[in-house]
Amino acid sequence: MTTRTPDRIQGRPPESLLGDAWTVTRRQFWHWRAQPGGFAVGLLFPVLVTLMFGALFGGAIAGPGGDYYSFLMPGIFVMAMLFGLETTMAGVNADASRGVTDRFRSLPIHPSAVVLGRCLADMIYTVLGLLVLMATGLMLGWRWQDGPAAALTAVGLLLALRFALLWVGIFVGLVATGAETVAAVQILVWPISMLSNIFVDPATMPGWLGAVGSWNPLSATATATRELFGNPTWAAATWVNENALLLAVGWPVLITAVFAPLAVRAYRRLEG
Amino acid sequence: MPGPAIDVQDLRKRYPWSADEVGLNGIDLLVERGTVHALLGPNGAGKTTTIRILTTLLRADSGTARVVGFDVRTAGRAVRRHIGLVGQSAAVDEVLTGRQNLLMLGRLNHLPRPAARAGELLDRFGLAEPADRKVATYSGGMRRQLDLAASLIVEPAVLFVDEPTTGLDPEARRDVWSSIEGLVEAGTTVLLTTQYLEEADALADRVTMVAGGRVAAEGSPDELKARVGGDWLEITPADPADLPRLWDIAARVGEPVDRGGLLAVPVTDRTRALVTVSAALADAGLDPLDLTVRRPTLDEVFLQLTGRATDPNTEPRTVPEATR
Repeated sequence: MTTRTPDRIQGRPPESLLGDAWTVTRRQFWHWRAQPGGFAVGLLFPVLVTLMFGALFGGAIAGPGGDYYSFLMPGIFVMAMLFGLETTMAGVNADASRGVTDRFRSLPIHPSAVVLGRCLADMIYTVLGLLVLMATGLMLGWRWQDGPAAALTAVGLLLALRFALLWVGIFVGLVATGAETVAAVQILVWPISMLSNIFVDPATMPGWLGAVGSWNPLSATATATRELFGNPTWAAATWVNENALLLAVGWPVLITAVFAPLAVRAYRRLEG
Repeated sequence: MPGPAIDVQDLRKRYPWSADEVGLNGIDLLVERGTVHALLGPNGAGKTTTIRILTTLLRADSGTARVVGFDVRTAGRAVRRHIGLVGQSAAVDEVLTGRQNLLMLGRLNHLPRPAARAGELLDRFGLAEPADRKVATYSGGMRRQLDLAASLIVEPAVLFVDEPTTGLDPEARRDVWSSIEGLVEAGTTVLLTTQYLEEADALADRVTMVAGGRVAAEGSPDELKARVGGDWLEITPADPADLPRLWDIAARVGEPVDRGGLLAVPVTDRTRALVTVSAALADAGLDPLDLTVRRPTLDEVFLQLTGRATDPNTEPRTVPEATR
């Protein structure tokens, strides 16, 4: 048994949260480049949903007035934010189950860097997806009517919702035991988005269901963005409808406040 | 830096709510710097739990654990600066290429020239050729090598390797072994876990046998083997009536035990024992069904050292498959 002097510890600059997070974000760019098919499908799927609802149901379902696409597009934007949750969740879950997360956690990096890097990458992907979707809307006749400032505020509300759902995605992705849970959530996003004012007026639903539908955080963001884009909205004289802007800020704040600490704790998982 | 690389005292961890997780019932461990130490034990012994606590991925209920002098509980970040971890499943990103995996880890470790370091490690671990292919196309052995390379990005003082060769073919296993031997020559302390006696024998300076979350034995491989008594000579009689006469013959080379109609004798010199017994059998005109010498199985080592089987739910195997 011989003992040698370890001459190994190299002088490293102190860990930097933003620098480390950016490295994790760049890893996601590599993923996109390595899987261009998945990258494109993720961006184009909401476009498919737009055409499906616009062309298939648009003739049968009436919006609150005006062109159906003018009404539908902000709803689809909101739905795309919810779909983004699947991307986050599936990515986080794959890393955790393959041991990649453990390797990150055994590195001398800032404990929040990995989560933040994922956050940044997912938000970039969301912005790209939203741009594609808005371009699609413009081609189909959707317009923002109240000027760029209001339109940008609407985009801000959409991203706030996506940011909040990101933490839900990270949390569920970390605690989910396998691909089955991920698949279950992928199915659940459909009823969750249907049970809102994205496609139909919750007032037409049975009483309690309509209440759930109008209190759905997606409904708040949909109504608020419709107003900001100057697109038609449901004219319900309810408190939720009249305070949509407030709720479109409040819901994401609340969801983030609950799920961000849960997600960070699940990531550190020291009590596991 | 003075002091041992790893110093663990009475480490305990319970999982009252989970039947799958393996708890620890008081593990002690001392690993000197610059040595390879093996945690040897069957599935469910607590090897991985120990590794996870030492690498700060899991918190112990009680006991102390120091890695290069830092307490894993209170100085987790300092510990992480000095360690590398090669987990049980190859923790590499399958979507990325081998080079991208190393490049990313080099950046996360704030190396001044991560690309140069990545290239260096790819060469050293025989991965220069597939470096720019997706890891998804790699064989199990190549993934392990990449995994090892990944944990050496900054040449840690202590490297933890959890079951490095489980599921690998013999050739890939030898490659991984030589990689680990190379590390030790460079001065890294290695704590590895394994289910294979021969792996601990081939690589480790010292071995700690664990079972049921406890230390069953500790020593150099030679010391442990001496305590186990080396090989077993086994005689399977053709006719149970021969058993008494066979017993007398077997008793010439050691103390036989009856294992359900099969005689087993622990022997120290396998060749001499085999020759002695064969000659005696010929003299007596006995022709047993089978006469064989084999190494102790891990189960037997545990049985001998702890007085109980590795898995409390199964009796020790009376007729190992290897003899037939």
